[in-house]
Amino acid sequence: MLNVGKIEEGFVLDHIKAGMSLSIYHHLQLDKLDCTVAIIKNARSNKMGRKDILKVECDIDTLNLDILGFIDHTITVNVIKDGEIVEKKALFLPKEIKNVIKCRNPRCITSIEQELPHIFVLTDPRREIYRCKYCEEKCRKRW
Amino acid sequence: MRHLMSPLDFTTEELDRLFDLANDMELHMEQYAHVCEGKKLAACFYEPSTRTRLSFEAAMLNLGGKVLGFSDAGSSSAAKGESVSDTIRVISCYADICAMRHPKEGAPMVAASRSRIPVINAGDGGHQHPTQTLTDLLTIRSLKGRLSNLTIGLCGDLKFGRTVHSLIHALSRYQNIRFIFISPEELRVPDYITDLLKEKNIAYEEVIRLEDRIGRLDLLYMTRVQKERFFNEEDYVRLKDFYILDRAKLSLAGKDMLILHPLPRVNEISVEVDDDPRAVYFRQAQYGVYVRMALIYTLLDMAEQTGKCPAADRTDSFCSTTNKKEEHLC
Repeated sequence: MLNVGKIEEGFVLDHIKAGMSLSIYHHLQLDKLDCTVAIIKNARSNKMGRKDILKVECDIDTLNLDILGFIDHTITVNVIKDGEIVEKKALFLPKEIKNVIKCRNPRCITSIEQELPHIFVLTDPRREIYRCKYCEEKCRKRW
Repeated sequence: MRHLMSPLDFTTEELDRLFDLANDMELHMEQYAHVCEGKKLAACFYEPSTRTRLSFEAAMLNLGGKVLGFSDAGSSSAAKGESVSDTIRVISCYADICAMRHPKEGAPMVAASRSRIPVINAGDGGHQHPTQTLTDLLTIRSLKGRLSNLTIGLCGDLKFGRTVHSLIHALSRYQNIRFIFISPEELRVPDYITDLLKEKNIAYEEVIRLEDRIGRLDLLYMTRVQKERFFNEEDYVRLKDFYILDRAKLSLAGKDMLILHPLPRVNEISVEVDDDPRAVYFRQAQYGVYVRMALIYTLLDMAEQTGKCPAADRTDSFCSTTNKKEEHLC
């Protein structure tokens, strides 16, 4: 059994789909934080079979819940204080995301005007479909 | 300040008022001949266009305003690498309203977000062409007398045709609409459109042969198979003449069925059909001028600026029957 020390203050992202933790690590820009980050890959899970876990020892406010909700709103976010889980944060599909993914439509205005932010809008919450704010191209892949 | 990016930017009630105004302009052109005197339209066309640009220019000239602009990107500062955001900031200093066509999708929206003057999307790539949709709706409403209770056949390129997609969206807001999509397998209407219709519980069917359904239609909207939408020349050649509406096919249609086409027509409607009273595609181009006149007048808020609408003095006009909520237009 692999043991990773528990954190005193920070957050744990649990139930990440196996293999996705590094992608989330980069999207949340955790590489830029000067704190302890533990990436656990392919942990055994009763619910999922295999899962990834991220443990981050820093203030929860540094976490962009919108980005996380966009990537996978089924991830469990546990807030840790004094070594204990004090809160579980619910994730939602954000109505809009900015500069998380790029529009890949070569006919989109963002393909020629570099300074424009890449904005995607949630157009169909039931089917979790995001479209580019400018050209309405569907976001094909969520990560 | 309002812009027009998509035909759905206006509610159906707002569209009704816009179309009332357009019909009033059609009947009383002389009374609107000076209402936009002193106003300037910037026609910023980053790609070639004949009908749309001239229609906008004619609309502004009919209202007594003036027009400036460019008709291809090569003769604009875009050739020097200027961004749309910067260009519109400058144009806001020169003109009162801007009609923009751009090959890149979303460019007019970027312009609108930076503009100090109303921006009208005059077509952005394969994305939106809202004034064409307003033209189609005005034509149907004027000649059929309604935008509800219609069976509408759309024929030709239903996959890439932006005018078709916009028109379906716009008509799906009216009561008791039924669509019949007539196209070859390769050019079927996209799934997101049929999903939308299913969600709204709007009846539709997809068929390949025009002859099988033409007799049931109130309207037939023909489209051109556009070469520029194909990556493969072979596919284009194979599909371009798939449908040709000729006298023989038209003989199967009802006597009140209207034939619309966004133009330009290539081979899909035989010229022998042009004289048939049901062929209204050239009248449709005329309605395009009226609806753009009404749009310019409305977005410039001329009724507010001048204190009254020319129709307000006439007892038989739509203004005399409007309720308080609609007064701002008159």
